[in-house]
Amino acid sequence: MRGWPRNDGRKGIRNVVAVAYLVECAHHVARQIAAPDPEAAHVIGFPGCFPNPYAQKMMERLCTHPNVGAVCLVSLGCESFDRAALERVVRDSGRPVISVTIQSVGGTRTAIAAGRAFVAEQTALLATAPTEPMALSDLVIGTVCGGSDGTSGITSNPAAGMAFDRLIAAGATCIFEETGELIGCEGIMAARAATPELGAELTRAVDKAARYYATLGYGSFAAGNADGGLTTIEEKSLGAYMKSGQSQIAGLIKPGDIPPRGGLYLMDVVPDGEVRFGFPNISDNAEIVEMMASGAHLTLFVTGRGSVVGSALAPVIKIAANPHMYRRLAEDMDINAGRILEGAATLDMVADEIVAMVRDVAAGLQTRSEALGHQEFILTYKSFEPIGPACLPG
Amino acid sequence: MPSCDTDPRLLLLHPGDSVFVLRDQIAAGERIFLAGQGVTVPVALGLGHKIARVAVPKGDKVLKYGAPIGRASVGIAPGDHVHTHNLVSDYTPTHQRGGALA
Repeated sequence: MRGWPRNDGRKGIRNVVAVAYLVECAHHVARQIAAPDPEAAHVIGFPGCFPNPYAQKMMERLCTHPNVGAVCLVSLGCESFDRAALERVVRDSGRPVISVTIQSVGGTRTAIAAGRAFVAEQTALLATAPTEPMALSDLVIGTVCGGSDGTSGITSNPAAGMAFDRLIAAGATCIFEETGELIGCEGIMAARAATPELGAELTRAVDKAARYYATLGYGSFAAGNADGGLTTIEEKSLGAYMKSGQSQIAGLIKPGDIPPRGGLYLMDVVPDGEVRFGFPNISDNAEIVEMMASGAHLTLFVTGRGSVVGSALAPVIKIAANPHMYRRLAEDMDINAGRILEGAATLDMVADEIVAMVRDVAAGLQTRSEALGHQEFILTYKSFEPIGPACLPG
Repeated sequence: MPSCDTDPRLLLLHPGDSVFVLRDQIAAGERIFLAGQGVTVPVALGLGHKIARVAVPKGDKVLKYGAPIGRASVGIAPGDHVHTHNLVSDYTPTHQRGGALA
């Protein structure tokens, strides 16, 4: 494995230009700026015009993500987003950055031309940037499940959990998340915490998620989950929980917090305080984005019904849980864990395949979603309190 | 376990579970064996769905992975399909297409 070294000591497994719109009104211009070279220039952004400290932090973390080598900020000009602060953070990270402000430069065409010139110049520089050797201990890996069915929790989720255990043993940092999909698992999960105080924080995070979803009237449960044989949120949770493996839980983080060292971390993705701004994560990519903001270089995405998404900035490895779905959607899937149900593979073999693919993707192999051009991205409003002292023991 | 005892398509995840998980499809009207007892499955069931291994009285917890996944909303008999028509969450209701809550 090789990585692009950054000033903060992290290393990137990709070296892309982030084209970041700072309000929906600048989205089209951002898309057009990236359009000539979609493999090199990835579009991210925040659609809202009202200020939000969470979104500001997320954009700062994403624009300084280890996989990002340069940043083009695209502003309409009158939005509330603190562009100057974001630009400063990116510049201080040692990355080249420009701001294209549509209202100042003279409109859509001029803005697109200015952005494209920057992207072309930076892409040429990034293509020849030096790399350094990279180890599993340099990697941050997230995991998410989407389009779950009754097979997810018995094939790919436990295989991903076993892969997590092996990656953690090699020094990697692994993140699992969606506390709303851990409802019912709080007791068994808290028992795995590094300290009793952390265990209490893990339980509190799941209790918060249960209250939040109860207020909204819906659990994190889609109609397709029921079609696939899942009946209740706690059943879906137990399956999702299998992704976390057996390792000790080293800490609880919130979106944008960078894990201090290797080990397994739970990300609390449910906002603090009263219920505002709607559902915590309106679709799977919101979760991927939050783990990227905490430094995830790549994501293991486990799916039973068959999600096809990828992500901007960080590759997504798709692990099929259901052998029937795998046959329908093979072009979108990187690994077929459904073989376990057919007796053609063991959990252990699939876990080995996942670890091998993590290494290959970190070394430059394109995932299926990358090769197909998937670069989904979504960021919405939230609010969080900082994590407490018990969340990151020792 | 020999196949005449329990159908090999039924997966038991934990010794204390009240349900089996289907590792393959079962056709409507098929006769299958659960611990040596023959039962007829009236509807087609897909991969990942659950079949009751034991009787669960109304209000009792249903166990999968050795942990509760909700409670029986009506009495459940061995061989019954266990899903939103007879199992409800102890946390938040399950939303289905068409606005129904189970």
